[in-house]
Amino acid sequence: MTSITEASRPDAGNDPRATGTPRSMKTPEHVVEIVSDSGEGAQKCGQIFGAVSAMMGNGVWTVEIIPAEIQPPPRSIGSASGNRVRIGAGPVTNWGDRANLVVAFNEQALLARHRLDAIADDAIVLLEEMWADHDDESIRAEWSAAMEELSAATYRIVRVPMEERCLTVVDDARKGKNMFVLGMLATIYARDAERTKDRIDQALHKKSDDVRRSNRALFDLGAAWAEEHLDFRVDVPTAPNDRPMVVMNGNQALGMGAIASGMDFLAMYPITPATSVSHYLAEAFPRVGGIVHQAEDEIAAVVAAIGASYAGKTAFTVTSGPGLALKTEALGLAVMTETPLVVIDVQRGGPSTGLPTKVEQSDLLAALFGQPGDTPKIVLAPATIEECFHCVVTARQIAEAFRTVVFVLSDANLATGVQPFPRPTPDPRWVATLPDQRPVEEGAKPYGWDERTGLSRRIVPGRPGGAYTTTGLAHDDESKIDYSPAVNEKGCRMRSRKLAVFQQTLNPPPIHGDDEGDLLVVGWGSTKGAIEEAVDRARADGRRVSSTHLTFLSPLEPGLKEMFARFEKVMTVEINYSDRRADPFVTEENRRRGQLCWLLRAQLLVDVDCWTRVHGQPLAPGRIVEAIEDRLGIGAES
Amino acid sequence: MSDPCSLLTCGEATDRQVALEEYTGGLPRWCPGCGDHAILSGVQRMLESEQVVPERTVFVSGIGCSSRFPHYVKTYGFHGIHGRALPLATGIKLSRPELDVFAVMGDGDCCSIGAGHWIHALRYNVDMVALLLDNNIYGLTKNQSSPTTPQGHPSNTAPDGAWLPALNPLTVTLGVTNASFVAQTADWAPSHLYETLRAAHRHRGFSFVRILQRCPVFTPGIFMEAVRKPERIELLVHDDGVRDEAAEELYEHHVAHDPSDLNEARRLAETSEHIRLGVFHRDPSRPTYETTRRLPVFTAEERIAVLTRELDRHAV
Repeated sequence: MTSITEASRPDAGNDPRATGTPRSMKTPEHVVEIVSDSGEGAQKCGQIFGAVSAMMGNGVWTVEIIPAEIQPPPRSIGSASGNRVRIGAGPVTNWGDRANLVVAFNEQALLARHRLDAIADDAIVLLEEMWADHDDESIRAEWSAAMEELSAATYRIVRVPMEERCLTVVDDARKGKNMFVLGMLATIYARDAERTKDRIDQALHKKSDDVRRSNRALFDLGAAWAEEHLDFRVDVPTAPNDRPMVVMNGNQALGMGAIASGMDFLAMYPITPATSVSHYLAEAFPRVGGIVHQAEDEIAAVVAAIGASYAGKTAFTVTSGPGLALKTEALGLAVMTETPLVVIDVQRGGPSTGLPTKVEQSDLLAALFGQPGDTPKIVLAPATIEECFHCVVTARQIAEAFRTVVFVLSDANLATGVQPFPRPTPDPRWVATLPDQRPVEEGAKPYGWDERTGLSRRIVPGRPGGAYTTTGLAHDDESKIDYSPAVNEKGCRMRSRKLAVFQQTLNPPPIHGDDEGDLLVVGWGSTKGAIEEAVDRARADGRRVSSTHLTFLSPLEPGLKEMFARFEKVMTVEINYSDRRADPFVTEENRRRGQLCWLLRAQLLVDVDCWTRVHGQPLAPGRIVEAIEDRLGIGAES
Repeated sequence: MSDPCSLLTCGEATDRQVALEEYTGGLPRWCPGCGDHAILSGVQRMLESEQVVPERTVFVSGIGCSSRFPHYVKTYGFHGIHGRALPLATGIKLSRPELDVFAVMGDGDCCSIGAGHWIHALRYNVDMVALLLDNNIYGLTKNQSSPTTPQGHPSNTAPDGAWLPALNPLTVTLGVTNASFVAQTADWAPSHLYETLRAAHRHRGFSFVRILQRCPVFTPGIFMEAVRKPERIELLVHDDGVRDEAAEELYEHHVAHDPSDLNEARRLAETSEHIRLGVFHRDPSRPTYETTRRLPVFTAEERIAVLTRELDRHAV
């Protein structure tokens, strides 16, 4: 039964002011969700709350809750937009399970989260009350229906007169209600008001002084209202950061990594959720001489990047699933011509247009095998926002050293997640060295492959004595078109050999937990934090489970077969589709498995199982615990 | 080459005279009688007379008979994929403006699979020479209709004749905002071809040249009349366009056309009983994209200094 505290109504008889000192709840972590209609600023509120929490020494993971449309119909289930902010006394690596505190700008947004089972049973909900007595009869009816549906839940709903209070400061409460909410959160979680207001100013640096002033006033108003009316506080202990930290989302980290790596040229075409990398770089890149070329389509984008790289610049492209599909042929060209290229794929749900704003890890096999013909390339996946920064430097270096395509598989979870991490110390050696422009030495060939390694030195245009034509057709070491069997066999072998050589530089991935046991969970990409938290919980319950997380997917890191042999069972956990074992007609032979699972079985001849979901959300550690218990024959997960 | 090298370190400057033979690459494998041979000769002659520096020059192409072109010119070359010569060339020129870039395409490349890029390349106005070698047919894949195949002309994909009226590449080109150089010439008018190529190379911007090109195997009849009857040809003549004595003598029909007059250019480009050769449009005032986007080159240390400030902005 939901208890509704009509905190805003002294006449309701339970005014918390009467109860004296607010109750303080000390907890190692708390999950907050702020949800509104699209355009009401819940995301900005959540971002600032997350940043301030990070500054004060909480672990933080912030993730956006995004509708696919810019302005979906207001007050509809599909319009819920906002942030989830998980704060902890220690590091936070994922978005957690269910929300402990929800601030909802309308009851439909709350209902949306309720129906997704995103709210903990004992959660506190701060709900805008203006809709209850709204002039519009249909809105009142919607409110009543929502309250009826929510009555089955056990949340504690506190009604808040957000609109009414905000109108005392601004004419349009839609613009600024988010700052009132930020003020409430600052009181509830004891966030430093001055730091928060500094962040408000920063976030509104493009706006007028008046706008900044009224937003600060709204913040104060929200803080004061909460001070006066709310009978609870939440204490998530903070510990001052012992080293300098930065906070940003995964796409900003990719963009900064591109600057750190000395990239010169980004060619892209707008696609969610990858585009914000180019938003960031469109502003910052020119300051280091970098160009963001918004091409006319996805194909032109990758092809222009290939052209720039061929010409001696360091180039990359950023895309997501549908764009990757369009780039397929050109990626084959880059592999064939051995033109260095970094391809960042911020994965979203598929197939086709799929779930544009939501997370999935479904492009792994497309990255590996998307091209017709044999197209060996290197594929790596950052697991954290910090890795988003550093992996671009790594990818750029590998692409140039091995003259090949390097895929970086990020995803919507990393792209929109915001997390503090230790501030990187950029090094001029990370920046690409300029290509050789001296005359080509006697006898040097454009594909002068070292037979043992498949490696060859690049000759970029401008070098006297090197004029040759590179081609996507089968070619010999002088880049002459040649269809003869021996030449084609050799070209394929040389391009493939580079991967085997590259694998020699890799170490086996570390194991999280014991080196042996009943179950090894294998993951890749953005799920690392959730998987390791789940493994820790299961181990705390005495389960003999460990996990390992792969950074390189092509070539695979070494030592996996031997590692897997030390566990009774091996299971991948991924955000992509797989048939469940109990599904009709599904057999051991025809079962379609998760993408990493598929790859590991094929490559290692180990009977790897999988647990995957395509629910368009980051994985929650609690669900992974259930999957682990099920595989260990304990739980009831299917 | 007035542009400084965008790499900070360019190859040694050379003032040596480059001989015509030095532009000769591999032995062409086009069919005997193919118009591409004449075009290659015209291009090489222009390269020599303009003293284009071979190592600072890139010929880019797509896929098709004409796209073998880079292999036969002794400069740098990139023989890419079907339809994508223009974005490839754009990426090269945008990142290294000091290179002299040529894009060679067939009618399938430019007007069909790569048509989207064609429109946008005109709008970018990147300084390069784009050659459309238009033989009105798919040759390398053996006789399929192309967008410029005359209506009614039979092919393997339209045995009863092409269903649709042929696309006119000139009107398309002249309709695009920012088009800065549009010309037409023919493989069988070698001196006019040479002069047009030279004017295209000297234009600073995206120089689009459609070259009517005979295919002796699949479309021998299409340009037969134009070759045999000089009265079918009408020359656009102007001092700001192309002047070629030999052509002006051979072809009796002349139109005095000022290439700065875009409306007249569009009118003249419409399909008519005459095949018009010459410069339809030239506007040297339009800025090139690589100039608009030009940025200074930064050292590693300078980049790191900027990044450090970026990190400061995100510090907590």
